[in-house]
Amino acid sequence: MNAFGSVLRRDLLLATRRKSEVLTALFFFMIVVSLFPLGIGPESAILRRIAPGVLWVAALLAAMLSLNRLFAGDYQDGTLEQLALSPTPLALLVGGKILAHWLTSGLPLVVLAPVLGLQFDLPAEALGVMMLSLLLGTPLLSLIGAIGAALTLGVRGGGVLLSLLVLPLYIPTLIFGAGAVEAYTAGLGAGANLSLLGALLALAVFFAPWAATAALRIALE
Amino acid sequence: MLRAHGLACDRGDRRLFSGVDLRVQPGEWLQVEGANGAGKTSLLRILAGLSPAAEGRIEWNESAVCDARDEYHARLLYLGHGPAIKDDLSGLENLQASAAIAGHPLEEGTALAALRRIGLRGREELPTRVLSQGQKRRVALARLLCSQARLWILDEPFVALDVAAVDQLCGILDEHLSRGGLLIFTSHQPVRLAGQGGCLRLGQ
Repeated sequence: MNAFGSVLRRDLLLATRRKSEVLTALFFFMIVVSLFPLGIGPESAILRRIAPGVLWVAALLAAMLSLNRLFAGDYQDGTLEQLALSPTPLALLVGGKILAHWLTSGLPLVVLAPVLGLQFDLPAEALGVMMLSLLLGTPLLSLIGAIGAALTLGVRGGGVLLSLLVLPLYIPTLIFGAGAVEAYTAGLGAGANLSLLGALLALAVFFAPWAATAALRIALE
Repeated sequence: MLRAHGLACDRGDRRLFSGVDLRVQPGEWLQVEGANGAGKTSLLRILAGLSPAAEGRIEWNESAVCDARDEYHARLLYLGHGPAIKDDLSGLENLQASAAIAGHPLEEGTALAALRRIGLRGREELPTRVLSQGQKRRVALARLLCSQARLWILDEPFVALDVAAVDQLCGILDEHLSRGGLLIFTSHQPVRLAGQGGCLRLGQ
């Protein structure tokens, strides 16, 4: 557990030392989301209709931006070898790295989303559902993305391959996440979608670190 | 005691080496030699358990390493080509993080003392980005000073070090051997160490 904490602390410390990487994804998210109201015009009915989809797609793309650096640095400088040789199971340490990735790339999106949602004239309760769906969904993006990042480690042109590999896997998250807000505004209640997101998250928390670990071991050979 | 029988390693279709037997007892060292591309690093990675051997088996204290991986890794310190140093972290932070990952968290005082002993006095808190190659190497070697591992596997530990640092490293290795530690390393230069030891030439 100690090693888990120290991997988490080290990655967070690294993120604070390289603020630009974290801020790039955040600004990307803000700008992409803000371009839509400007491009479509001030028709609040349309904006309210497209808001969940736009916010979610932008969140997917923003989460993708930092994914290829998740393991690449550790792979190049030999840290990954040290993680693999730790008496602590590698899957746990990989879990620490994924958690750090979510805290630096996913959580800020959750916090920013309600502010950006105001541009789409979303009512306060819908913004709350939006936040909740992102809170359940963004960790899922980091977990699934970690599998892709581990699989494409050391591959030439890995960045493009990573998007091709991971974006299709993000589709269920996108459907249930955006669907939660749409269902709520349609008066159906967001419960079903949020439960499904929660179930996906529970599954991914257990299986994604193991899958990523298996891929990392292959990359290390 | 570390023992290996009939190790072989393949790179693609090519066989790098085969039939490598070795035995290292407590207090003994083994220097792996060979031309570039002879498979020194591959052998060390196999011994560390990072990559699987094409053939052969490795035993640690009479039991196969693949059956007791965690126990073996708790006793092992491996220093590879990559220094496992993060440029944006200071020497102190790097040392503490790598020690915690290896399962032996370090007090700040112990880590500082190790960095000072290895010749980084006054640079403990600087980001390693601003250090020279040799100084970065020293940050990585500071791990040796804090290590409680029995078996050290070091890949080219003398690279990028100045004469004084080479002498100091030899002293550290001697200390480890006199405590009954085991040491396997690669180097292109002849190294004089105390205690029993031998050379293994690959590619012959």
